[in-house]
Amino acid sequence: MNSTVFAPWDDPDQKPLIRFRNVTKKFGEFVAIDNLTLDIYEREFFALLGPSGCGKTTMMRMLAGFETPTSGQIELNGQNIAPVPPNKRAVNMMFQSYALFPHLTVWDNIAFGLKREGMEAGKLKARVEEMLRLTRLERFAKRKPHQISGGQRQRVALARSLAKAPTLLLLDEPLGALDAKLRQDTQFELMDIQEKTGTTFVIVTHDQEEAMTVASRVAVMDEGRIMQVATPDRIYEMPNSVYVADFIGDVNIIEGRATPLEEGQVRIDWAEAQPPLFATTSARFDAGQTCYLAIRPEKILITADQPQSNDNALRGKVVDIAYLGNLSTYHVALADGTIIKAQTANTRRIARRTFTWEDEVWLSWTATAGVLLDR
Amino acid sequence: MRRLVLILVPYAWLLALFLVPFIIVVKISLSDVALARPPYLPQFDWAEGIGAFLSELDFENFVFLTTDSLYWKAYLSSLTIALVSTLITLCIGYPIAYGMARAPEEWRPTLMMLIILPFWTSFLIRVYAWMGILSSEGFLNQFLLWIGVIDQPLTILNTNSAVYIGIVYTYLPFMVLPIYAALDRLDGSLIETAEDLGCSRLSAFWLVTIPLSRNGIIAGCFLVFIPALGEFVIPSLLGGSDTLMIGKVLWEEFFSNRDWPVASAVAVVLLLILVVPIVLFQRNQQKQAEAEG
Repeated sequence: MNSTVFAPWDDPDQKPLIRFRNVTKKFGEFVAIDNLTLDIYEREFFALLGPSGCGKTTMMRMLAGFETPTSGQIELNGQNIAPVPPNKRAVNMMFQSYALFPHLTVWDNIAFGLKREGMEAGKLKARVEEMLRLTRLERFAKRKPHQISGGQRQRVALARSLAKAPTLLLLDEPLGALDAKLRQDTQFELMDIQEKTGTTFVIVTHDQEEAMTVASRVAVMDEGRIMQVATPDRIYEMPNSVYVADFIGDVNIIEGRATPLEEGQVRIDWAEAQPPLFATTSARFDAGQTCYLAIRPEKILITADQPQSNDNALRGKVVDIAYLGNLSTYHVALADGTIIKAQTANTRRIARRTFTWEDEVWLSWTATAGVLLDR
Repeated sequence: MRRLVLILVPYAWLLALFLVPFIIVVKISLSDVALARPPYLPQFDWAEGIGAFLSELDFENFVFLTTDSLYWKAYLSSLTIALVSTLITLCIGYPIAYGMARAPEEWRPTLMMLIILPFWTSFLIRVYAWMGILSSEGFLNQFLLWIGVIDQPLTILNTNSAVYIGIVYTYLPFMVLPIYAALDRLDGSLIETAEDLGCSRLSAFWLVTIPLSRNGIIAGCFLVFIPALGEFVIPSLLGGSDTLMIGKVLWEEFFSNRDWPVASAVAVVLLLILVVPIVLFQRNQQKQAEAEG
């Protein structure tokens, strides 16, 4: 079973499809991309995730050929692509605005790139129809872009950029303009199409949930640098910094001083009059070093009585409850005022909720539940 | 009731300012020239009744227009001049509009201002200024002599060339503004998409930019063509004796010949010629509004 898992990044024999080598991009004085090195492999669904202005779109535009690196090199299949203009690259891009040609029908939009190649009429027709089938747009072929819905427009843009069978497809916030429900459906559709066509996808998004859902690997970016590249589960479970932990999902960050104990155990003294916390880590911490314990709300158990078995236990009072339907997030204030978030699944009806405002509760978690970070 | 009033206001306006004068002109065109004041007959007389009045009207003047080659030559020459100057205006106006739309955001209001600025001076004075520029002792000839491109002054004033220069100069803003409006709305990512899908810069321009500014081009062309066709001031001030334009012929019939009925017939035919492009223009505007709405 393990041998079929798709993980070319762990295989040293695999040649990456795209290589960023010490790429820097400056706009005047502003450094958009700061000495960035990154490998992306064939058939990957790679997500660039970060807040706006972090440089993710610049990276994509450099891949498409609309920007050139100030220094460093970008390789596609081992070839430096800097001198290749966008119209000669085997790379297609789907724009955030979809950029459908308003004067052309859906059919002609999809055929646009193929016609530029000078594809012969019969083959062109077959290819366009194949794309229409793939994106379930057969019925809308004769319509103009303003006569179809947002979701359909998104699919036209996708079909158009896939029609030329690019080696690499770039998607700039592809689902940004869709409403939440349609977005979820489309995410799965996108994964499906990526699998069917076997094209390498690079997606830019600021939506962490979207990145986690679709991507085989996620790169979290901040201010032109890549903070961490890993599979979604590793990004979530094992962030390498407070920034990544905080950017992906909800998290409690507890700052303290580390005291290493035996077997990777670390004691964290974090507040006067609060019991120390314990965490397991493979990283080395010096005695007295500042450390951050990142613990996800759903990993914290909330109980009325003092738990016996868990490594860490804190006492507090419920000050706020965020009811999310399937989940409830409890904001618990400790005696010193620190707020810790704990999440439970709402398996019972709300009327039978165990805890309510002002209840005294115990929060507890195991030593392995959190991640201990040094920055 | 309120809707009726709302509709009535523009229709009353149209009736008073277009239809009534037009009917008067049609009536004069069907009358005979006379040494009288006003210089045509019949005049409507209550005593004789409407029947006698109508029986005196005929199409004699329209028939006359077909017998003298001056008129159809003037119409044809006007059409040619209007068409050619529209094309020249398009060739000059499109790059200007394109440059404006591509200029940095903070520059655009200034550029727009520069396009509109000539309207702040009287049209007549600007045409007179061109006489000063184009005459054989004018600025243009002096400049060309000074830099040594020519050794004899060029005769530009009082030729058709001067008329073209005058029309292109005068109507250039009407071409630039609608094209600019169309190009300004153009999403830059469409051009990038075209390049991404294999277009060169030039083919992206032909396949995307031009089709998407089509409505602006059409609007601009009509806005230049329609007034240029009936243009009178520019040919009479800048044109020569051989410049034949229907506006000028019309003016001479009215004021030199005092032949109001023939002049009116000329005007009615001119209007009929103009109805075609005006209707086409309206349909273009309507289609554009529908496509956007």
